[in-house]
Amino acid sequence: MQIVIQQAAFDPGAMLNQFTASSAGAGAVVSFTGLVRDEEGRLSALEIEHYPAMTERAIGNILAEAHRRWQLSQGLVIHRYGRLQPGEPIMMVATAARHRAAAFAAADFLMDYLKSRAPFWKKEISAAGSSWVAAKDSDEAALQRWS
Amino acid sequence: MIEVLYFAWLRERIGLPREKVETSALTVQALIEELAAREERYALAFSDISALRVALDQELAGFDSPLAGVREVAFFPPMTGG
Repeated sequence: MQIVIQQAAFDPGAMLNQFTASSAGAGAVVSFTGLVRDEEGRLSALEIEHYPAMTERAIGNILAEAHRRWQLSQGLVIHRYGRLQPGEPIMMVATAARHRAAAFAAADFLMDYLKSRAPFWKKEISAAGSSWVAAKDSDEAALQRWS
Repeated sequence: MIEVLYFAWLRERIGLPREKVETSALTVQALIEELAAREERYALAFSDISALRVALDQELAGFDSPLAGVREVAFFPPMTGG
């Protein structure tokens, strides 16, 4: 179980290779990388604020739950904060399990929970000004699938 | 003495990221009422608590939660991670 919270950019390919190498014994590795959308060129930057004292703990709880439900052999969450440019990776999850169904389901679960239970807030910066991204009802509803 | 933290638009609206608050409020709800009574910017920030979330000592909690033994209360809008 690995959690990385950082401001700096990361290389998703390198992280995935490292993750795969550390997942000996697993038969399946699934990964997801989230990128900053450029919103048809309107977005100049995305600012991500977080709650440092809570972030790692909240993600640790989510990851531990995924491990428990799908008997993962390995799990990874990387999440950035600070000012990001369009096209840059924001975050990444990777899961390793004996079979693909568990690895896919665990990655899906992690994404749903990170969306609305990890203490991050996004602000879109554009030429017209800046605005906080509102949480979507559909993100909250997505959690129902796992209860 | 409780450390109160604000994030995202709540932090901007109140104008500070954190402050120490001397309070005898027994619940989160009572603390919010005390804060909202302070000044207009607090009243505005807390005018709709359905738009807010609260964490007590870094764990999500409900607005009716007791504050006994709590050292850090954080208020913020619904999270938008991922």
